[in-house]
Amino acid sequence: MPRVRSTGRATKPASPDGSVGVSIPKLEAHEKVTGAALYLDDLRVPGMLHGRTVRSTVARGRIRKITLDPAFDWTGVTVADHKDIPGDNVVALIEEDQPLLAAHEIRHAEEPILLLAHESAERVEKALRAVRIEVELLEPVLTVEQALAAKQLLYKDTNIFKEIRIDRGDAASALRSAGVAGTVLVEGTYRTGHQEQLYIENNAMLAERTEDGGLLVRGSLQCPYYVHKALMRAFGLPAEKVRVAQTVTGGGFGGKEEYPSMIGAHAALLAWKSGKPVKIVYDRLEDIAATTKRHPSQTRIRSLVDRDGSLLALDIDILMDGGAYVTLSPVVLSRGAIHAAGPYRCANTSIRARAVATSTPPNGAFRGFGAPQTQFAMECHMDRIARQLKLDPLEVRRKNAVREGDVTPTGQVLTESVGAHEVLERTVRRSHYEAKRKRYAQENVAAARAERAGRFDGRGRRVRRGIGLALVYHGAGFTGGGEVKLASLAAIDITPRGRPRILSASTEIGQGTRTIFAQMVGDALGVPAEFVEVETPDTGLVPDSGPTVASRTCMVVGGMLVDAAREMRAELTAFHGAEWSDAPGFERAARRYLAEHGALRAEKRYRRLAELSWDDDTYRGDAYGVFSYAACTVEVEVDLDTGETTLLSVTTAHDIGKAIHPVLATGQIEGGIVQGLGWALLEDVRWKDGRVWNHQLTNYIIPTAVDVPTLDVEIVEIPYSRGPFGAKGVGELPMDAPAPAVVSAIAHATGIQIDEVPVLPEKLLRAHSQASVG
Amino acid sequence: MSEVTLRLTVNGKTHRVRVPPMKRLLDVLRDECKLTGTKEGCGEGECGACTVLIDGRSANSCLVPAVQADGAKILTVEGLSKDGRLSALQRLFVEGGGAQCGICTPGMLVSAHELLARAKGRVPSENEVREALAGNLCRCTGYQKIVDAVRAAARGGRAW
Repeated sequence: MPRVRSTGRATKPASPDGSVGVSIPKLEAHEKVTGAALYLDDLRVPGMLHGRTVRSTVARGRIRKITLDPAFDWTGVTVADHKDIPGDNVVALIEEDQPLLAAHEIRHAEEPILLLAHESAERVEKALRAVRIEVELLEPVLTVEQALAAKQLLYKDTNIFKEIRIDRGDAASALRSAGVAGTVLVEGTYRTGHQEQLYIENNAMLAERTEDGGLLVRGSLQCPYYVHKALMRAFGLPAEKVRVAQTVTGGGFGGKEEYPSMIGAHAALLAWKSGKPVKIVYDRLEDIAATTKRHPSQTRIRSLVDRDGSLLALDIDILMDGGAYVTLSPVVLSRGAIHAAGPYRCANTSIRARAVATSTPPNGAFRGFGAPQTQFAMECHMDRIARQLKLDPLEVRRKNAVREGDVTPTGQVLTESVGAHEVLERTVRRSHYEAKRKRYAQENVAAARAERAGRFDGRGRRVRRGIGLALVYHGAGFTGGGEVKLASLAAIDITPRGRPRILSASTEIGQGTRTIFAQMVGDALGVPAEFVEVETPDTGLVPDSGPTVASRTCMVVGGMLVDAAREMRAELTAFHGAEWSDAPGFERAARRYLAEHGALRAEKRYRRLAELSWDDDTYRGDAYGVFSYAACTVEVEVDLDTGETTLLSVTTAHDIGKAIHPVLATGQIEGGIVQGLGWALLEDVRWKDGRVWNHQLTNYIIPTAVDVPTLDVEIVEIPYSRGPFGAKGVGELPMDAPAPAVVSAIAHATGIQIDEVPVLPEKLLRAHSQASVG
Repeated sequence: MSEVTLRLTVNGKTHRVRVPPMKRLLDVLRDECKLTGTKEGCGEGECGACTVLIDGRSANSCLVPAVQADGAKILTVEGLSKDGRLSALQRLFVEGGGAQCGICTPGMLVSAHELLARAKGRVPSENEVREALAGNLCRCTGYQKIVDAVRAAARGGRAW
């Protein structure tokens, strides 16, 4: 039986049995509540210059001429362009198509072309306006449709960055048999828009030349070794001459996965040329306009179902807009494709996914990494199936949700920790979904009748209420062979004071990396978490435990650290002749060990799990070691005259294997849920000629505290045998369910299913008036 | 550029600063007073990361010209703890998961502090707390743990 934990809100005292499962105070919270935590913009280095970026303003073209206004006083301004790059002019990532600074060709409207620095931030701001760039305009490709038409070629001869196919059974034949034996064909197309990560701390990096002829780059980032790799390439420096360290980071959500490589290299280039430390801090306008966003998507699903709602065949076609450069699009697409059929059993599934090139700023990582887009489509589609068959959406989920032994579209057999039904039933029970489904349906009919008779609700409004449901899953860790290829490394050593110290590149970006690592290692070593030190992710000090992405930090890196801690414990116990009972005991043993041997370090490299296999060419095999599961219900009230949707309640259960720290885990879930709600109802990136025009918080709207209701979160713990203490991933999963649940609730309230997020009031009104007329 | 001399009392300490009159209070606090706890998130008064109290009322310090704060009493996040001891509000943020990445936390705490100061011991409803914090954006927490921490502090009877 799974263990269930309610939303443990209060901090419990550390138990003598260890701290895993206990919500100890977050390690760095004290600095954060006193204002003492130093974020990048809080750092001042003597002699520091402020750097700015001159960008294209047109989406596509060729640079003809760059003029520095001779009327402007350029004294003290450092100017750098592509010719100043000592190494290769690329942002090293998957493909090397993206330049650090455009040399000739402009492929999107925010393309960086020139860098400026000055000791005065005001002066460099003025200099920015004294640069004129003449461009020969080329026809841009601004939509996915234009990209597929391939009249203008941006990438090879198709404009397709990546195409993925996943086939299981024979969906095509099955779909041709529609109508036979009462089977029903259900079709739909679903769309999602761009979404901005909107971390509250904008991107910021600080670069300095070091005395040994290398570089030190500090910044707000998720993946120090990505920046490290990019800098080595751009400056032609060996690994040991480049040092990248994370500063306290004010949120990431994927938005600081890849782009810090660009900004870090820009700051470094200005530092290289000027010989002075250079800080680049984006303002909000630049951050929204230029940095990566969630890939917009459109997904067409054709399905064959039985009268009872059983899925017989699925044919899914996914399109994502990758933007101007490849960046991470192939892997976002991959995760999207693998999750596209949702946590459901279906013997015949065919998935085709394509990411295309357009003349817009590259899209990138954002919590969920493709899976929220495709599961939005699948969940909306499950509702469409229910409506077409006159079944409740819950029945269709119950009928098809995976259980142990079921097989995913890639052929992965789900062998353990399969929480789909558990989270579904718990969410349904806690939210009183079934009773509310009936009640709102009756109330809505009564309200319509009353309105026809001229009677309105107390405030004279025409409102409808509804409750909707979604069920999702999310694979933890890198997809397929990703972890094996990465072969990440994590270590623990002993400080001179005799304390264990965690060495990993996994960053704290608010989610609690430092705290949960200390808890797990503390327990594995038999010492309190507070006794464990966590080194700053600094490539000069820590091994490459991989990027802080893909819900991998706790399960994958945490797992390696626990193994390392157990090894250290065995070594130290053997040396000491006995176990220690407390921290001072550990300290004594550790210091004696150091005195005798000089150092103690336990290191673990990721090793392929024997039971997992993956073939990247055929997309067959175990896409992930395990999946986490979530269900979510949302209650809404829709005002038929304004089109506004008000959220009344959100109830969710998440099976994450084990909550190492219940408060932090529920914090991840609550934060992810609200990002999902924002994506569902508010967050709309508006474009004009390939540029974001609402690139400010005045008109790119994210949820405030009054936009969201009380969140009811339940954690379900169905342990994963390979996860540390049974833990699976939690970071991204909460992003998957809210948007389709909102659409489902609106459909219940109004009878209209909007197959697209965000569901803005005007969209809903338009659909409603069409439905009323039709 | 002409400069003016201003007198600000920040967290009980008097600062005399010579700055351009239109310099943002946010920058005066960060550059002149060396109090970097107050953050900038948007520079246009939308996110609330730069919230401070000016004579007891919350304001976005990115929208306040320094000259307007001349002679005022200003409270920033650094002034919430006394002698290294956290206020009840701060402690409950630490214990209850109210701070994740922490960048909105200073402004959020200042807004919550104002609410509790006005509530004078009354426990505000969840909606009141949400209204009071509506000018402070947080992208990490989904607000639940922040709201809970503020109400828990109120139940303790005071921000302190």
